[in-house]
Amino acid sequence: MAAQKEDNALTQYLQLYDTEAAEISARSCPVLEKLRKPALKRLRTAALPHKGTPGYEKTDINAMFAPDYGVNTRRMAWDVDLAASFRCDVPNVSTLLAVVANDIFRPTATLENNLPQGVTVCSLDTAARKYPELVGRYLDSIAAEPRFRHTVATDLNNLLMQDGVFIHVAPGVRPERPIQIVNILNATVPLMAVRRVLVVVEDNAAADILLCDHTARPGTDYLINQVTEVYLGRGASANLYDIQEADAGTSRLAENYIYMPHEGASVAFHSFGLRCGNSRSNIQVVMTAPHCTTDLGGMVICTDEERTDIASRVTHAAPHCDSDQMFKYVVDDDARGAFEGAIVVEHGAHHTRAYQNNRNLLASEKARMHTRPQLEIYCDDVSCSHGAATGQLDARALFYMRSRGIPESQARTMLIQAFMMDVVDKISLDGLNSRMRHLVERRLSGESATCAGCNTENLNCK
Amino acid sequence: MTDIEDKDIENTPEKVPAAGPDAGTQPKTAAADDSEEVIREVTASDYKYGFVSDVETEVIPTGLSEDVVRLISKKKGEPEWMLDFRLKAYRYWTTLTPPQWAHLEIPEIDFQAISYYAAPVKKEGPKSLDEVDPQILDTFNRLGIPLEEQKALSGMAVDAVMDSVSVKTTHRRALAEKGIIFCPISEAIREYPELVKKYLGSVVSYRDNFYAALNSAVFSDGSFVYIPKGVRCPMELSTYFRINASGTGQFERTLIVADDESYVSYLEGCTAPTRDENQLHAAIVEIVVEEKAEVKYSTVQNWYAGDAQGRGGVYNFVTKRGLCRGNYSKLSWTQVETGSAITWKYPSCILKGDGSVGEFYSVAVTRNRQQADTGTKMIHLGRDTRSTIVSKGISAGHSQNSYRGLVRVAPDADGARNYTQCDSLLLGSDCGAHTFPYIDVMNDTAVVEHEATTSKISEDQLFYCNQRGIPTEEAVGLIVNGYAKEVMNKLPMEFAVEAQKLLSITLEGSIG
Repeated sequence: MAAQKEDNALTQYLQLYDTEAAEISARSCPVLEKLRKPALKRLRTAALPHKGTPGYEKTDINAMFAPDYGVNTRRMAWDVDLAASFRCDVPNVSTLLAVVANDIFRPTATLENNLPQGVTVCSLDTAARKYPELVGRYLDSIAAEPRFRHTVATDLNNLLMQDGVFIHVAPGVRPERPIQIVNILNATVPLMAVRRVLVVVEDNAAADILLCDHTARPGTDYLINQVTEVYLGRGASANLYDIQEADAGTSRLAENYIYMPHEGASVAFHSFGLRCGNSRSNIQVVMTAPHCTTDLGGMVICTDEERTDIASRVTHAAPHCDSDQMFKYVVDDDARGAFEGAIVVEHGAHHTRAYQNNRNLLASEKARMHTRPQLEIYCDDVSCSHGAATGQLDARALFYMRSRGIPESQARTMLIQAFMMDVVDKISLDGLNSRMRHLVERRLSGESATCAGCNTENLNCK
Repeated sequence: MTDIEDKDIENTPEKVPAAGPDAGTQPKTAAADDSEEVIREVTASDYKYGFVSDVETEVIPTGLSEDVVRLISKKKGEPEWMLDFRLKAYRYWTTLTPPQWAHLEIPEIDFQAISYYAAPVKKEGPKSLDEVDPQILDTFNRLGIPLEEQKALSGMAVDAVMDSVSVKTTHRRALAEKGIIFCPISEAIREYPELVKKYLGSVVSYRDNFYAALNSAVFSDGSFVYIPKGVRCPMELSTYFRINASGTGQFERTLIVADDESYVSYLEGCTAPTRDENQLHAAIVEIVVEEKAEVKYSTVQNWYAGDAQGRGGVYNFVTKRGLCRGNYSKLSWTQVETGSAITWKYPSCILKGDGSVGEFYSVAVTRNRQQADTGTKMIHLGRDTRSTIVSKGISAGHSQNSYRGLVRVAPDADGARNYTQCDSLLLGSDCGAHTFPYIDVMNDTAVVEHEATTSKISEDQLFYCNQRGIPTEEAVGLIVNGYAKEVMNKLPMEFAVEAQKLLSITLEGSIG
């Protein structure tokens, strides 16, 4: 491969590591530190995906990483305006809230006081020091499972990551309140936030987790390199909601690895792309034990010059597993949307039921949508399907509404909202459900649809 | 430039040979209740058409170089511009490497170990059917398409290609009356250089891909069809291709031009003899459809697929593409793919004219160790263009069957419409069925839909049939037939019989 090409964006980060290695090492605990050497070795001969790389036709990761971003290797902190983060608290749902400022974990007062027995939500760095055995067992070993595609960006994360979030739910514990992690970007110079999220839900435990991305100081360019690893025990279940509500200057590469090696686990992962300049999410799910279920959802609203690219890959490696995927895009203005979703059914994974659906609306002349659903089936006793459609609003429906006196723009908004609703309806948290409806409405009506913007009506300070 | 005299074989028109299926060889096996058993039997059947006919062939030494390209061109008595075309393609080919992106495991091919030209040795051109080498006639007889019988059958002209040189062309006079040209492409290069020059390489450029470049450099022969303005071709045009001489690749080149408001239905069918050595087949089919014209291109492909262990078999790397150049033109591809060890084939439509229509109907059956990566491309460039894709994959044994298709709607293709449906049926637990559609939409008034399903034969359907006294084996046949029917119905009548037969032979064990 074109590993050592001059335009390899990795070079600058490797150089950065070479000069800062001692600093990073001095601040890291052994659990994190032991990831770096093997990652570095692989990165020396690797290159980030570019447009010619299969699966990355519409998103050039190399170009995304090419600008000169700073990395906060020396862990310089800034004061988080916690009030600002509270503003995006979900109404009617009291959450266990934590804030990640760029890539530094900040607990809130409510979090520490309210954590139920058996639930750990803390800084990854702290966790790695306090529970080295536990963190060491899962960190990067989930992503390294051979059925996952361990990406170059994950190695880069291994190399530079110094903190993130650690969520652990002990066996049988099912906290009532959802855990909310608000990621806030705030810097005066272009910054790459290198974050790691590790979620371990033990046997028969359950967790609802909200991950929100915000840009507190627009105008600066940010790059998020986030790796999320999720491990589910026997009979465990997790609902993850990934809400991107950043700024046009923000680029985001999110790698999600969800691993279900024990029977009866279930996961729901819903991604809401409300605003992000340039975003690529890889969602990989591997089910290696029977009777697991996966539910992936995605809702993307892309306007202006935004680029949103989601790639999902659900691997059925055991019999009697179910998976369902539903991704919906609204692409407007000069925006580009891309979706690539794969269902892989391995040999012997009988009685698999796997479905995937991708629906896209093109709302302007210059909007573009690229879709590539895939089925790779190596087993006969399965029921798999995928569907993809790209089109525009039903002209008759629009006419019907206009003939009843609804202005065209409002009718369009209503129809697009209706289009989005089946993804929003998948949200099982009531408060979040209505909040998402509200956000979608504001986003579509062209108002400044930031989470912060909607606090005036629905503010719910605890 | 055309220094060659018109001495080529003027084939006397013969009465209408048809793609007659060798009826009456319907296999019948003992009833087996267990569908597993059926599937095993299906997978175990040997290749029916495997034999080597002992026709004298003239083979040039193996290897490819500029000299070989010149030699091929010289042997075929081609004009200078054709040689230039070949050399350009050859030089470009040397800069390329074989494509790797398909879901296929292709053993490395030594392109220098292949002989690029093989022509049956002929004395004088046969003046009638009687003069055709009896061995060749026998070959066709064993294929189940006896020319004698074909004559009696419906109105079809067969341009039978054996190895590389067209041996027999029938029915040309009747076609000539209407101004239709249907002849070997080598002849067309000499007789209609202007037409060939105008269209050759206009749809599939030699720069298109590795195998297209190779074909452009060394293509031996193929068919040329020209339908003049306003003419509706009165019969189905048909060509049988066979690979015959051992170790020779076959590089056909087909060019079909349908001028304004014309219509033609073209049939292509292949069978090839059993062989241990892998044989390379890299053909190009180019179709140009002018305003309000319609071309229907049907293929039944049953090349030797290798034995149960995956030894031998034909590599079928084909570039097929049609250009709907005129407004309201229509191109329809129908294919039934049952043979070949490896298939790499994507018959495509470029819908350039406003209101033009592209269709692709495919049944692909793989078994044993066969691999197929096939599908289509629909490129919507004009306004109000429409395309339909129906692909049915059936995999058995240890085979891998992939659908790969692209639907692209260009920014100016207002009102473009596509519907894609690809279904896969799995027979047996060791096979694979894959779907890789690419959908690129750059116009907000376009509607593109894709649906794909994968499943095995429904237990409920089998049970229903069993319950009504239909043995499992027959039931599987019924269900598979029903499954493929949507595509089979698109084949011309005469061909449909043969296609169904091929399907039944492929899924031997009375399926079908």
